[in-house]
Amino acid sequence: MSKARATIDQLFQQEFTKMVAVISRQFGLEHIETAEDIVGDTFLTAAENWAGKGMPENPAAWLYVVAKQKTLTYFRRGEIWQQKVLPAVKAGMETEEPETDLDFSAQNIQDSQLRMIFAICNPAIASESQIGLALRILCGFGIDEIAEAFLTNKETINKRLFRAKEKLRTENIRMELPPENMLDARLDNVLHIIYLLFNEGYYSRTQDVILQKDLCLEAMRLGLLLTTFPATAQPRTFALLALMCFHASRFEARQPGTGTIVLYEEQDENRWDRELIAKGMHFLGLSATGNVLSTYHLEARIAFLHCSKEDTPEKWQEILALYNDLLILHYSPAAALNRTFALYKAHGAPLALAEAEKLQLTDNHFYWLLLGELNRSDDPAKAASHYRRAYDLAKTGAEKQGILRVLQSIESY
Amino acid sequence: MMKDFALLFRQPTYDHLQLPETEQAALVKKWQDWLGGIAAQGKLVMPPTRLVPNQGRVLKAGGVVTDGPFVEIRERLGGLTVIRAEDLEEATTLAHGCPAIEAGGSVEIRQVVG
Repeated sequence: MSKARATIDQLFQQEFTKMVAVISRQFGLEHIETAEDIVGDTFLTAAENWAGKGMPENPAAWLYVVAKQKTLTYFRRGEIWQQKVLPAVKAGMETEEPETDLDFSAQNIQDSQLRMIFAICNPAIASESQIGLALRILCGFGIDEIAEAFLTNKETINKRLFRAKEKLRTENIRMELPPENMLDARLDNVLHIIYLLFNEGYYSRTQDVILQKDLCLEAMRLGLLLTTFPATAQPRTFALLALMCFHASRFEARQPGTGTIVLYEEQDENRWDRELIAKGMHFLGLSATGNVLSTYHLEARIAFLHCSKEDTPEKWQEILALYNDLLILHYSPAAALNRTFALYKAHGAPLALAEAEKLQLTDNHFYWLLLGELNRSDDPAKAASHYRRAYDLAKTGAEKQGILRVLQSIESY
Repeated sequence: MMKDFALLFRQPTYDHLQLPETEQAALVKKWQDWLGGIAAQGKLVMPPTRLVPNQGRVLKAGGVVTDGPFVEIRERLGGLTVIRAEDLEEATTLAHGCPAIEAGGSVEIRQVVG
């Protein structure tokens, strides 16, 4: 890949979403596809132009100028300009010359992106479409990458995005923050989508390490964006950021450039990112205000405890208590399994085994892994049969490899 | 078809509220571990609500108001939670291990309708 090509790809990732957000905010979300086309066209022009004349001094500024020209040309040609933009502009600035501009200032970009998050997370749009749209419009991912992240094909993703954009139109969704009395509930939805994006990256089933890391980084960037506005810089926003920092700190140790996942117990602590852990602690501190205890608070605290490998019963007691609280607040199979693992570390295998068997999550391979682990020392034969069931249910080659290694160590007893 | 059941916790005394902090924390942990086990099975519907002990009123026919909670029954209602189970049998199984029983109290299990 040539240097100019690489730069354009990088600029696309950085600038595509900003430009689409600003144009959509100015002309309305019903024109989001036009905005995408105009920005796509801008990059095409850039590629042609820069190949001949070389890179401009400030490529981003160059892109903004061209995008602005293309946008204004497009909308001036259409009826939208006469019927919608001009009257609005005139009403707003009666004494001045009616002139419309596109404002690509840092402040307006940030503001437009925040409004875009809230528009995309409108409950009228199905959750899986929200994630797809967030990846496309907020994170600048290509259709191929989105399809790969969700282990599906381009066609499915295109259909999902098409339906979501249609909803934006038919539901007349506006690019504005919801009124104050609705902001809280909508912020929950926004945080949830960011959480899902991060999880998709962190626990992704794709083999593409770079893609997974990008997903996590984008989720964290969106979380950070929320902290720059007073209405959305809530304690639970900080808790979610803390949670993501603590998990992300183990990214390199977990996946040292290979397709396999290094289990927590076997990770080299020296590869944990201390700077991210410190950031997480900073955000955890900021989250400890107000009187709302969100699931993010509890999960962040658990993730924080996992940032030290010290293996004391006290630590596992605390983790167990946090999982209890988490489950009482909101059930999830993953939390149920993790709670049982904490129970095992805090109180031993026999007690945990009795509780584990009650979970009956028989189609979840982590359930069989847990049962395998709990039976391992007392009943290796039984443990092996549990691991074999886990092996059959595991979804990726990397997971199957890991289970096979455990199985071999048991069966050579 | 799963049904919802209310678990009503009764205890003869609520003296534990005067216990030193560390013992209270141990008691809270017992309750959380027991509830966590139910929640881990996805069978907790309504998180527990605690009633303020030793305070309250009882309204009777004819507008007679007496200070409650009932002093004439041996175990006073201290709180409640709602869980989900196949039948009364399973709900009773889930109620086993409730710390109220250890404290000399009981758990009343009642199906919730509607």
